[in-house]
Amino acid sequence: MTSDLQIALQAGPTSADGLKVNDFCITFCTINGSGSATANNAILRALFKMGIPVSGKNIFPSNIQGLPTFYSIRVSKDGWMGRVEHDDIVVAMNPASFAKDLSFLVPGGVLFYADDIRVPITRDDIVTYPMPIKKLSKESDVASNMRDYIANMVYVGVVAQMLDIPLELIYQALDFHFKGKKKAVDSNYNVVKAAAEWAGTNLVKRDPYRVAPMDKADGYIMTDGNTSAALGAIYGGVQFAAWYPITPASSLAESINEYLPRLRKDPVTGKYTCLVVQAEDEIAAVGMAIGAGWGGLRSMTSTSGPGLSLMTEYIGMAYAAEIPVVVWDVQRVGPSTGLPTRTAQGDLTMVNFLSHGDTQYTILLPGTVTECFEMGWRAFDIAERLQMPVIVLSDLDLGMNQWMAKPFEYPDRPMDRGKILWEEDLEKLSGQWARYADVDGDGIPYRTVIGNKHPRAAYFTRGTGHDERAGYSEDPDNWERNVDRIQKKFEVAKTLVPLPILETMEGAEIGIITMGSAEQAVAEARYALAQEGVKTDCLRIRALPFTQETLDFINQHPRNYVVEVNRDGQLKQLLTLELPARCSTLISVAHINGLPLSAKWIREQIISLEEKSS
Amino acid sequence: MTDQMVGLPVNLAGFTKAEYKGVPSTLCQGCGHNSIAAQIISACYELNIVPEKVVKFSGIGCSSKSPAYFLSRSFGFNGLHGRMPSLALGALFADTSLKGIGISGDGDSASIGLGQFKHMVRRNLPMVYIVENNGVYGLTKGQFSATAEKGLQLKKQGTNPYLPVDICMEALVSNATFVARSFAGDPRQVKELIKAAFNHRGIAVLDIISPCVTFHNQDNTLHSYNWGKDHEAPLHEISYVPPRDEITVEDFEEGTTMEVTLHNGSTVVLKKLEHDYDPTDRWQALRMLEDAERNHWLVTGLLYVDPEEPSLFEIYDIPEEPLNRLTEERLRPSRASLNELNQSLS
Repeated sequence: MTSDLQIALQAGPTSADGLKVNDFCITFCTINGSGSATANNAILRALFKMGIPVSGKNIFPSNIQGLPTFYSIRVSKDGWMGRVEHDDIVVAMNPASFAKDLSFLVPGGVLFYADDIRVPITRDDIVTYPMPIKKLSKESDVASNMRDYIANMVYVGVVAQMLDIPLELIYQALDFHFKGKKKAVDSNYNVVKAAAEWAGTNLVKRDPYRVAPMDKADGYIMTDGNTSAALGAIYGGVQFAAWYPITPASSLAESINEYLPRLRKDPVTGKYTCLVVQAEDEIAAVGMAIGAGWGGLRSMTSTSGPGLSLMTEYIGMAYAAEIPVVVWDVQRVGPSTGLPTRTAQGDLTMVNFLSHGDTQYTILLPGTVTECFEMGWRAFDIAERLQMPVIVLSDLDLGMNQWMAKPFEYPDRPMDRGKILWEEDLEKLSGQWARYADVDGDGIPYRTVIGNKHPRAAYFTRGTGHDERAGYSEDPDNWERNVDRIQKKFEVAKTLVPLPILETMEGAEIGIITMGSAEQAVAEARYALAQEGVKTDCLRIRALPFTQETLDFINQHPRNYVVEVNRDGQLKQLLTLELPARCSTLISVAHINGLPLSAKWIREQIISLEEKSS
Repeated sequence: MTDQMVGLPVNLAGFTKAEYKGVPSTLCQGCGHNSIAAQIISACYELNIVPEKVVKFSGIGCSSKSPAYFLSRSFGFNGLHGRMPSLALGALFADTSLKGIGISGDGDSASIGLGQFKHMVRRNLPMVYIVENNGVYGLTKGQFSATAEKGLQLKKQGTNPYLPVDICMEALVSNATFVARSFAGDPRQVKELIKAAFNHRGIAVLDIISPCVTFHNQDNTLHSYNWGKDHEAPLHEISYVPPRDEITVEDFEEGTTMEVTLHNGSTVVLKKLEHDYDPTDRWQALRMLEDAERNHWLVTGLLYVDPEEPSLFEIYDIPEEPLNRLTEERLRPSRASLNELNQSLS
C-alpha cells in the first residue's frame, strides 16, 4: 500500500506570473440547515472533475438549524490535503459570522458576500464582490418555500464564473448529488446559470485566483471515510451491523444500509445477506454485534467516543470469551460530550486498555479513505482469525469529510473465517475437542457456532473463569493459563495487521511518527521543513500491536517527533511503554482544539523543538 | 444416546429425558430456580425438541447461572448483567431456525436490564424469556430488587421504601405478544406455559415467582412459597396441545374452554376457573394486573397472547437458510461491482 503522500512529493514551484492558479483555500460561511452542503459539494466535485486535487472540510456546529457553519475547500495543484489556517477566498452568506469570517482572509484575499448583509466591511486589503442573492433567487422559477435552499446556488454560479469553473461540470456534480433526478438538477442548475450570467455581465475580475484543468485527479475517486468504511465492510462480507446514532459515526451504518440493495442481494435467493439493526443504545448495539459474532456472523458496530465508553464492559467480555467483532470508533473531541462535531485522535489509550482487568486489543488506524475501505474488510479477517474484538480508529475529519483518494482495491485474498469446526470437522475428530484448548500452540483455540448439529458441538460461553472445556472454573491455574494463552494471540496479530508506512528522505536525521488522518498535514509539513533544510523520515503507524518496523524506526532516529491530535500524546505514551529504553528519544507534538492539524503548526513546533535540542 | 440409556423411554425426536439435562445445579437446595430448570427439561422432552436446535441465554445473577443446569447439548451464553436481550438478538439472527430461551432474574430484567428487556419485547424477538422473580438479590447476599414490594423487611437491609416494578405490566405496555405469570411451586402450570411459550411466534415473557429460600422466604411476603401458595389465583388451567397429539378440545367441557391457535398450528387450551378471561384482550390483561395488585393476588396463567404479530425475523428480508452458513461467494460482491463503484465515485 503506497501513500497519498506521493502526489504531494511531486510538488512543483508556485506560479511566478502573479496569478494563483489551482492553489488556494475557499471557505463558504453559511447558516447551518440552509442547505449549503449541496452547493459546496457541487463546487468541490466540479473542481475534482477538472482534474485538480481538492479536499473539503466541513466545520459545523452541533445544531440542526441556525448556527454558523463553514465549509473549506482546499484546491492544491501539489496535492496537499491538510487544513490551512487562513482563507484566500471567503463566501459570506451569514451576517452573524461576517466580521469574524473577514478576519480569516489573507491580505489580497477575496470576499464574495450576499449584498443584503449590512455589516461593515472593515478591511481594505481585500477584493470584494457583492452578490444579489435575494434578487436572483426570487427571479428563479422555484417555489417560494424552496428559495432559501436555492439561494446557495447563486453563489455557486458567481464563484464558478469568477474562478473559471466550467458550468457543465457543475451540472454533472448536481446530477451526481441528486442521483440523476432531472427536475431537482435542472431547477438548481437554472439558478447557477443565471447567477453566472449575472456575474459575467456585472462583475469585473480584480483578483489573482483561478482554476485551470489538470490531470492530477485522473484515476482518483472522491468520497468520505465513513462511506468507504461501510463499503469495505460490505466487501468484507459483513452480515450483521448494529448501531446507535452518534455524530460523527452515524453515516457509516447508514451507508451500509444504503448500499445493501445494490451490493448484497443474495444471488441465490434475492434476499439480503446482511442486516442492520438500530439499537436502543450503544450497549445494546455492541451486545447485538457480539451475539452475532458469537453466532458465526461477520458483525460490527460503529460509534464514537461516548458510545465506546458505554460499550466498554461488553467489549471486555468479548475479549475474555474470545468472540470476534469489529468496532469502528469515528473519533470526536472528548472527554465527556466534548465537541461532538469536531475531530480528534483522543481515544487511543482508552481503546488500548479498554475494560477492567488485563486486556489488550488489535487496533487498526486508517489514514486515508482508501484505507478505510481496506481496513473495512481486513478487520473481519483479523477478528475471526484471532477470535477477539478488533477496534478501528477513524476520526471525524477522515470519516465525514470529502477526500480525493486512490480507488478502492478489491480484496487481494479470500476471506479468512478463522478456526471454526462444523459437523464434518467434529465427525473427523470423533467429537473430541475443547473450546479453549491451545491445539496449534498459537494461543488461538477452535470454536463451534450455533446451529451446528453435532451432539458434541455445543459449549457454554461465559465471561467468568472457565477451563479448556468452557466449564465454570475458579481454579487459579486455569485462570492464569487462560489469560496467558490469550496474550499469545497478539504475536499472531503482529503478522496480520497492516504494517506501518515508511517515508524516507535522503540525509534525514530525525524521525516523525504519526497515525491516521494526521498524516495529511505531516506530509506537507515535512515538505516545508525539507525546503528549510530539515530532512525527516516519517513512519505512519497503521495498527497495534506495534510491529518490529516501529521499534526499528525509533531505534534508528535520535529524535522521534510523535505527531497526533490529542492533549496527552497518547501514541507517544504507548510507544514509551513498548520501548522504555528509548523513551527519551520520543518527543510529543500533540495538539487538540477540535480542528485538524495544519502543516504550519507542525512545522513551527518541530523547528522550535529542534532549536531547543541543538 | 449413550449405552446406559438403551432401554430408557425416548420421545418422538428419539431422545431420552436425560439427554435434556444439564450439569448439577450449584444453587441452594430448594431454590425455585431448580424447579423451573426441571420443568424446562420436561417441556423440551415432551415437545420433542432437538436440543441442538435450542440456544440458551442469560444475564448475571442466580437465575442466570441456571442455563448450565439444563440442556447440556444446547449452546449457551451467560452474558452480562441486564444485557442478555441484545446478545440473544444478534446471535439468533445467525440461524433463525433455532429457538432461543433466555433465563433472567428480577435484578437482571427489572433493574439494570429494564431498557433492554422492554426493547427486546417491542421488537418481538422470537424467544422464550423467563424471569425467575424472587424480589431479592441472592448472589450478592440479600439486597432488595426492583420487584420487591414496598414495606418489605429484610435482614440487614431494613424496610424497602420503593414501589415495585411489575414485569408482566412492563411487558404488556411494551406490546409483548405473549405474557404469562406463574409460580415455581406450581410445576404443572410452569411446564404448560413453557410449552406454549416455545410455540409462540415472537417474544414469550414468563414471569415466574421463584422464592429465594435463603434470603427472602418469609411467609408473609409476596415472593415466598407460603404466600404464593395461599394467594395464587390461577386465571385458568392451561394445557398445551402439540400439533401431532391426538388430544382434541372435545376432551374439555363445552363452554369452559378457550382455544388459542399458535402460528405453527399448535394450540393452547385455557380452562377458565373463576371468571371469563380472554387472553387475547390486552385491555383486560392490563386491568387484571391492576386488580391483582390492589387485591394482593398472585394472578397466574396466560395473561395475554397475540399469535398474529410478525416476529423480528419476519421483518427482515433475509434468506431462510442460516446466515452463518453462507459462503464467501454469497457474501463478497463481485470485482466488477467494485469497478463500477469506483467509476461512480470518480
